[in-house]
Amino acid sequence: MHPPDIETDVLVIGGGMAAAWAAIGAARGGAAVVLVDKGFVGTSGVTATAGPGHWWVPPDPGLRAAAIEKRRRIAFGLAEQRWAERVLETTWRSLPQLAAYYPFSRDGTGATFYAGVRGPEYMRALRRHALDLGVRVLDHHPALELLTHRDGSVAGAAGYARLLRRPWTIRAAACVLATGGCAFRSGLIGSHTNTGDGYLMGAEAGAELSGMEFSTIYTLSPAWCSTRTLPYTAARFFDTAGAELDIPPPMADRDHHRALAKAMLEGPVYADLSEAPEALKPILRRIQPATIAPFERRGVRLFEDRFEVKLFGEGTIRGTGGLRIVDDDCQTTVRGLFAAGDAATRELVVGASSGGGSPNSAWALTSGQLGGAAAARLARTQGRRASEPAHGQGRAGLRPTRAARAVDEGAAIAAVKDEMLSYDKAFWRRRATLEAARARLDDIWAEIDQHRHANCLDQVAARETASLVATARWSTGAALARHESRGLHARADAPDLAPDGARRLLVAGLDKVWTRFETPPGQALPSEAAA
Amino acid sequence: MIAHIFGDLCNGCHDCVTACPTHVLDPGAQGGTPVIARLDQCQTCFMCELYCPQDAIFVGPDQTRAETIDPAAIKASGLLGQMRRDHIWDAPPGDPAPLSEYWRLGPLLAGGAQIAAERYARRHAQAPPA
Repeated sequence: MHPPDIETDVLVIGGGMAAAWAAIGAARGGAAVVLVDKGFVGTSGVTATAGPGHWWVPPDPGLRAAAIEKRRRIAFGLAEQRWAERVLETTWRSLPQLAAYYPFSRDGTGATFYAGVRGPEYMRALRRHALDLGVRVLDHHPALELLTHRDGSVAGAAGYARLLRRPWTIRAAACVLATGGCAFRSGLIGSHTNTGDGYLMGAEAGAELSGMEFSTIYTLSPAWCSTRTLPYTAARFFDTAGAELDIPPPMADRDHHRALAKAMLEGPVYADLSEAPEALKPILRRIQPATIAPFERRGVRLFEDRFEVKLFGEGTIRGTGGLRIVDDDCQTTVRGLFAAGDAATRELVVGASSGGGSPNSAWALTSGQLGGAAAARLARTQGRRASEPAHGQGRAGLRPTRAARAVDEGAAIAAVKDEMLSYDKAFWRRRATLEAARARLDDIWAEIDQHRHANCLDQVAARETASLVATARWSTGAALARHESRGLHARADAPDLAPDGARRLLVAGLDKVWTRFETPPGQALPSEAAA
Repeated sequence: MIAHIFGDLCNGCHDCVTACPTHVLDPGAQGGTPVIARLDQCQTCFMCELYCPQDAIFVGPDQTRAETIDPAAIKASGLLGQMRRDHIWDAPPGDPAPLSEYWRLGPLLAGGAQIAAERYARRHAQAPPA
């Protein structure tokens, strides 16, 4: 192994809001912190291109209880009230701390508006705050694998600095994985680098995942460019012949998207925004400049012309699955490895329904700080252990088990997209199609795992592909094992809630994907269902 | 996708090379204009435009394919720098102007959804019983 370039207390992997808050949390805890990101902290990931609203409720017991109850009803038994309370409280206390870095404005009543922030400005603020706290930020330093000690605890990470064109190794007492979710290369804005890298790195080191079946969710955008959705909520929809389609409104959530998907399977669908709120039309540019550009530059009049739309998959970004959390510090099943943001399961707060929009942002902010602070404590109590041996856990793409040979990565990614994003397969999951997907993805995984051997910059692409395939396998395995419909997970061959379904579904495994239902604390179930 | 970097406007600072989250750009030779090296990785996020202090980059609107543009026409269109101007990206610290309308996002999003819900209800109230 390449000798370590850096020894530090806490290593944060990722570059979005959860990673930045993790670095801030660890630095406030007194730790020396290094943050490595695949891209640039400020533009990386789905927060930078978005405008995250946060779950924002004043510390009034009645208001907090009402907000939690509203979410509980759509969590389908998989969320925990105390986590919701922690997230609401941490969010309420944290956002105002950014006032020196982010130009909070007033709302309509003259009060400071904290709940919603615009992505580029928010990420620039978080970057500056982290730097001011002494965090060492290494942009364009994708991590390729985790290192572990002989006892299985995490020891750091190794990767490849893609602008400097050289490998790196960092030893740390603890790591926070904040690598984001996985949109299966759907083209969703900001998600090109969200390939599930942290899921794979974590699983290779022994971590488990949870909630990966809750990964079918989409966002509407013009067919030629993914944007934010602000202008589209009042849209009318038409087919090629100009007949208006009967689409349930956005509030209907899954029925809205299902109806659109059904229509799109039959032919192109066009949106007409002429009935959008009049107040929106003159100020959209002031709110979401990047939503205007794809229209303006194509010569399409946003609120006057009909234009083709499609649904861009969000995968586990607005889905809820991710690395399993086993304690109040956001630790995974690997000692010293913490998970934050979309890299972690968000079932603790939102259960089986999407936390897209405000709960997910509040979770990223909270889990980042909790994981970062706990990582700093672990560094303080156990020391860096940098002189102990450590071993890289990366497999697929890095260390083939058989003779190296060329692998068709384009075909592998195309297969992942087909299995995970096709409207018919995602909205109407069935055993037969899921089993076919499992067999296809298992074959692709075996090919990559056994034969793909990348060097230098090519390692980044190889690991992205391996992560996409691994994530697709876990999502498919979990979707097969949950033989019911619950929240985001809709089985056409099992359309109802199963009586014993209010349990989290764990999944992991590389050679062979396994699933196992978790028994929630305080619930004695007669037996665990193996799947 | 990113369509063009105007060599006559670029000052060779390479901020775009660093700011691009998907590693589309390579530094230019001898500190010159950056090179679009991996267009297939461009996600049309406009971040390079936002981070270019010279307004020397133009990103085309289509994320599905490479676009050829007429540089002179783009210059004449006034679109260069649009992303930075719309964001008021270079406002002094603490200036509330860039985000003064931002609080309206939530109400307008919900307002649009309400319009759609009422239209749907009207349509189904008028429909003959099945």
